[in-house]
Amino acid sequence: MKLKGAEILLQCLKQEGVDTIFGYPGGTVLPIYDALYDSDIRHILVRHEQGAAHAADAYARVTGKTGVCIATSGPGATNLVTGIATANMDSVPMVCFTGQVVSPLIGRDAFQEADITGITMPITKHNYVLERTEDVPRLVKEAFYVASTNRPGPVVVDLPKDFMEREIEYEPYNSEINLRGYRVMKGCNYGQVVSAAELINKSERPVIYAGGGVIASEAAEELRQLSEKRKIPVTTTLMGMSAFPSSNYLSLGMLGMHGTRYANYAIGECDLLIAVGVRFDDRVTGKIAEFAPHARIIHIDIDAAEIGKNVDVHIPIVGQVKEVLQAINKRIETIEEFTEWHQIIDRWKAEYPLRYGASSEGRIMPQHVIEKISELTQGEAIITTEVGQNQMWAAHYYKFKNPRSFVTSGGLGTMGFGLPAAIGAKVACPDRPVIDIAGDGSIQMNIQELGTAVAYKIPVIVCILNNQYLGMVRQWQSLFYGGRFSYTDISSQPDFVKLAEAYGAIGMRVKNTQEVDNALREALKVTDRPVVIDFWVDRMADVYPMVAPGESLLNMLGEE
Amino acid sequence: MKKHTLAVTVENRPGVLTRVATLFRRRGYNIESLAVGATENPSISRMTIVVTGDDKIIEQVSKQLYKLVDVIKVVDITEERLVERELILIKVKADPNVRSEIVQLVEIFRARIVDIGKNTLIIEATGDSGKMEAIEDSLKPFGILELVRTGKIAIVRGPGHSI
Ligand SMILES: Cc1ncc(C[n+]2csc(CCOP(=O)(O)OP(=O)(O)O)c2C)c(N)n1
Ligand SMILES: [Mg+2]
Repeated sequence: MKLKGAEILLQCLKQEGVDTIFGYPGGTVLPIYDALYDSDIRHILVRHEQGAAHAADAYARVTGKTGVCIATSGPGATNLVTGIATANMDSVPMVCFTGQVVSPLIGRDAFQEADITGITMPITKHNYVLERTEDVPRLVKEAFYVASTNRPGPVVVDLPKDFMEREIEYEPYNSEINLRGYRVMKGCNYGQVVSAAELINKSERPVIYAGGGVIASEAAEELRQLSEKRKIPVTTTLMGMSAFPSSNYLSLGMLGMHGTRYANYAIGECDLLIAVGVRFDDRVTGKIAEFAPHARIIHIDIDAAEIGKNVDVHIPIVGQVKEVLQAINKRIETIEEFTEWHQIIDRWKAEYPLRYGASSEGRIMPQHVIEKISELTQGEAIITTEVGQNQMWAAHYYKFKNPRSFVTSGGLGTMGFGLPAAIGAKVACPDRPVIDIAGDGSIQMNIQELGTAVAYKIPVIVCILNNQYLGMVRQWQSLFYGGRFSYTDISSQPDFVKLAEAYGAIGMRVKNTQEVDNALREALKVTDRPVVIDFWVDRMADVYPMVAPGESLLNMLGEE
Repeated sequence: MKKHTLAVTVENRPGVLTRVATLFRRRGYNIESLAVGATENPSISRMTIVVTGDDKIIEQVSKQLYKLVDVIKVVDITEERLVERELILIKVKADPNVRSEIVQLVEIFRARIVDIGKNTLIIEATGDSGKMEAIEDSLKPFGILELVRTGKIAIVRGPGHSI
């Protein structure tokens, strides 16, 4: 059968199980779009390529499948860059196809030529330039394999237009993976597992510090078993937030810069730290020399390079988190009793709960909005966030029940992530409510994606916690720069209700605490278009507790 | 902080050198020298990378290199019995009255004179890094006009493979 490169590409994507692509057309991807015209792969036309990357990323985060996006060469490809870096920092499996100018023109500064493989080298797990049409099946196969195995990450495949146009003889076949430089990790070191189990059985004040690796490895159940068998309190990173039910007695919530007091105190006092699928990020550890000072540390991660990168550990175990936890769980003894350790933690929890005061301006407290969202959706929604205070409050006050429910840009902290991510998540999980907890600054960075949601009748809910500030930056200016609010007042802003309506979405404005519940109920009923709720919240509310950057976790700001 | 010699086998593909160089730059590792070329197997290239750092840094370098899909194997051969060589070309000022002195030096180092100009000589030498430095030092007083070095390549002695 004679087929064009572009047609072969789509066949290969179907072989990989791809059902949805987020993208935006242009000159060099015309052959691919022409093939898409006849294909049953669903293509979601976004309004900006960054939106395509974030939507594909979120699609991957909520399903565990590999997300796919496509953009044209030059500006289309460079518009993907922030989205690729976001996925890379959070280890999300994603394959991005970019158009490229015809091969004879590469390197001659042709119209809309950009060296996207060069640009994305440091922010991808791997990338490719197609060198001939015949290589399409191999490249697609390798790209999905590399993106989705071991520590997942984004892969870029650059496709010169002439190779997509060219017809070759092609029969579908299953090409073999032959990558001598890349092996999928299987199993783990038995001796290390035994030593880890021994330490766990012996320890009196253990804490589990769980991250995104638990979710990526589908190991939430194994984590719960480990915790419950040994009655080990669990604190999670921002990326690990939904890996352990917030309502579980053993949950300590988040740790780190905006961690709960009890989580950070537990880190300070524990004698054993079981670090699972984490990378000891500076936002988590604070002053590294004073992180878990009394603890032996077990570090479980798929990525050997994470072991010893930031912190020296006593028992490193490299492997799939799920497999390693299963092996450890087999070797630990169940205990029935809670101990003095739990009493200490209970006391901290009672003394230092997450809390917030009333608004001095008589406005809605942003934390209340999230508590309401949590209550009305019973912790079953998919929550995406923007970046800033909105993101931290979402992590603090939403009571997650299931893994893959919290979609947030943790590593890169990308403002503008939440709305396109909500679209990607809703496309993947149409039966679950999907809510973007947004800031008034961030939402303006990809607001155009309302157009996408309206066009495809995607009923996501955007809850803007509108403080008319770049709130998190304003908070740092309050704390560390003497309250000099240099360029963080954004009270000159569009009327978000009218803006929503202009796009064909539903817009609501909520100024009173009493109206919060009703507005959310109304929004949750909508099934055929997006809803934007503009909550006018307290302008000066801050995120507490907080550890100043580089300080010890025990040195927390905010009322005790 | 110590110099380590890494033997790195990589796919012989475009972009591999950039990937490795980008990695070193991004993570702030210190490359002393990097030499790359084809091997007995045309699909594989071999890099010899000399990098300074303590053991922890070298371990990170090696692990980060392994994460590159095109990197097949990384071996720290610093402690092995090695044959290591570097090639140096030095253009040195050589007025007639000092020429014989330079020729003598060249002989002592078992180097070679590969070009004779009106007032210059070009000297070629191979050897380990110590010898390269010694020859450079000895020629300095005459006035070095230009100097190029290839960076070290190395191979483990005996029947064992470096890789
Ligand atoms: C693309 C991008 N630019 C700048 C920043 C720095 N930054 C972090 S939080 C923040 C303020 C966000 O404001 P808003 O969306 O209103 O959220 P709030 O903190 O007020 O909830 C800024 C500017 C960032 N994280 N991302
Ligand atoms: Mg704001």
